[in-house]
Amino acid sequence: MSGAYIRVENLKKYFATKRGMLHAVDDVSFEIKKGETLGLVGESGCGKSTLGRCLIRLLDSTSGKVLLKNNDDDGYFDITKASAHEMKVLRKRVQIVFQDPYSCLNPRLSVWELIAEPLIVNNIYGNKNEMRKHIRSLMDTVGLAERLENSYPHELDGGRRQRIGIARSLALNPEFIVLDEPVSALDVCIQAQILNLLNSLQKEFKYTYVFISHNLSVVRHVSDRIAVMYLGQIVELAEYKDLFKTPLHPYTQALLSAIPLAKLDVKRERIILEGDVPSPIEPPNACRFAGRCRYAEDICRNTPPALREILPGHFAACHHAKENINQ
Amino acid sequence: MNDTDTMLDIKNLTIHYEAEGGTVHAVEGLNLTLGRGESLGFVGETGAGKTTTALGIMRLIPNPPGKIKSGEIIFNGENLLSKSESEMRKIRGAKIAMIFQDPMTSLNPVITVDKQIAEMISLHKNVSKSEALKLAGDMLELVGIRRERMHDYPHQFSGGMKQRVVIAIALACDPELLIADEPTTALDVTIQAQVLELMKELKQKFSASMILITHDLGIVADICDKVAIMYAGRVVEYADKRSLYTNPVHPYTRGLFRSVPDIEEDVDELPVIPGLMPDPVNLPSGCAFHPRCSMAVDECRNSRPKMIEAEEGHFAACPVCVKKFMNGEALS
Repeated sequence: MSGAYIRVENLKKYFATKRGMLHAVDDVSFEIKKGETLGLVGESGCGKSTLGRCLIRLLDSTSGKVLLKNNDDDGYFDITKASAHEMKVLRKRVQIVFQDPYSCLNPRLSVWELIAEPLIVNNIYGNKNEMRKHIRSLMDTVGLAERLENSYPHELDGGRRQRIGIARSLALNPEFIVLDEPVSALDVCIQAQILNLLNSLQKEFKYTYVFISHNLSVVRHVSDRIAVMYLGQIVELAEYKDLFKTPLHPYTQALLSAIPLAKLDVKRERIILEGDVPSPIEPPNACRFAGRCRYAEDICRNTPPALREILPGHFAACHHAKENINQ
Repeated sequence: MNDTDTMLDIKNLTIHYEAEGGTVHAVEGLNLTLGRGESLGFVGETGAGKTTTALGIMRLIPNPPGKIKSGEIIFNGENLLSKSESEMRKIRGAKIAMIFQDPMTSLNPVITVDKQIAEMISLHKNVSKSEALKLAGDMLELVGIRRERMHDYPHQFSGGMKQRVVIAIALACDPELLIADEPTTALDVTIQAQVLELMKELKQKFSASMILITHDLGIVADICDKVAIMYAGRVVEYADKRSLYTNPVHPYTRGLFRSVPDIEEDVDELPVIPGLMPDPVNLPSGCAFHPRCSMAVDECRNSRPKMIEAEEGHFAACPVCVKKFMNGEALS
């Protein structure tokens, strides 16, 4: 597809451990369209956060490309090969909001200083008054009252802290924001407030989001398309409606069936997976889900399935995906 | 419900923590009953007082700074609050057992799991050491862990397996009441599904009553019979699961249901409850929820609402909504 905003090609991130190579992200390719929200779901250790960090190069990838579209021409720029200087310029375009609003803010900086930090580091304003105006407007955008500007993070609740994290990532007018479990540490009521905020910001400023979460109902609410990860690989990628209506990969099916619904009398088959996610260290050259899959056959244990387009715009990495359509 | 069916009856329980900035009103005049064999879902947000209530029942409130100020906890006809510490020790584990939230921290990392289960058995049952270890192995098999692994240490198990070990410890002495404090919050969804399935199965097998503390209304829908919604140290709504999920009455309960994104319906904006949980040091007057409630009237600001029966067995601490509900008016 041409015109993609970000193209990820064969991205790999391995970590060397005492017991061997840990394949955190293993040969992942996908595209992100301008202005969309791509949801990235999976369970702990599936590599979703590592992938998110590689996308904006908070981690150096082992191999592969992350191509970001240039603003002034139709060319692409490979983030994985950027020099330190180029990266500093790029940081204004790509940002991240972290999961834990308790540990990602320096406890010794006030709200004001926290939001000013990215502006000062990047030398945006020579003029203090202009910077003041900008910080006030940022606080206003994310819904932080002006009276809080001299408060410290420990004086604020999780929701407000997360708003500071969001204000910091917006400070440099980015285009692309990786949201790494931004609401996981929050209670449902506060979670709803933050999700609404992220949604309205995207509408106003046309941001492109990658939204990482393990909570499927949250991901469904915010995403245009959803990628499901299992052991370092994308096993399914589709429009959010298609993914929930006709999940093609057996792992996605199990994942969806495991969501506890706050409703009575919903008839559905609960697929209980046996065992745990296998180790990502030196994984076998086969379908990584085969050991827990109820459809697994010899081919699954011998040949790794490629991510193929099974239905229009609906990709799955399963030898049996075609047969799963009508199930 | 007659007295023989009531296993646990909490009356007017108040628990405070003395902190530097003032008194934290963690639990404030809480009333709750639990019948034999029932499972109750105890739902609320962080700081609502769910865990404090559970620790209160077990008499495990750290003192200082915590203190049970008043109330009664009647368990099998006896007030737990008037028991001596040594009497309590005989009840904990044997009659009332608890599963804590985080399996990574509730197991001892330097003792093998069979010994941790056997410890519980030896404390409450008159059996030899080798007999206790054998029973420990049986318990492990019961929760779906192979007997060969009984000499392993907690770090050799995954999160879900560790929580199974914790469940095995809790059930080892066949307790009458099991209190599970967010037993699956630290686990991934597919593992959570496994553990919940196991708990459902075991609850049947042991015919124990259960209090399940959670913030997830979905888990409650899955395994509980009764639900209590807690807000700022008080139960604001209590009902049969079916009644509560079909006709939530209290404005907080309704707000809670709406703020969870649905997996079938698209909404542009999630309806939110405005504002934040009140500071437990400085609770609002009258109904603690009134500053965030769109239906609040003067009465809500001035007097503390009592639990009123809206339909059979369905109580809510909101006179305004209960009246509307009983008149058949729509609750927005």
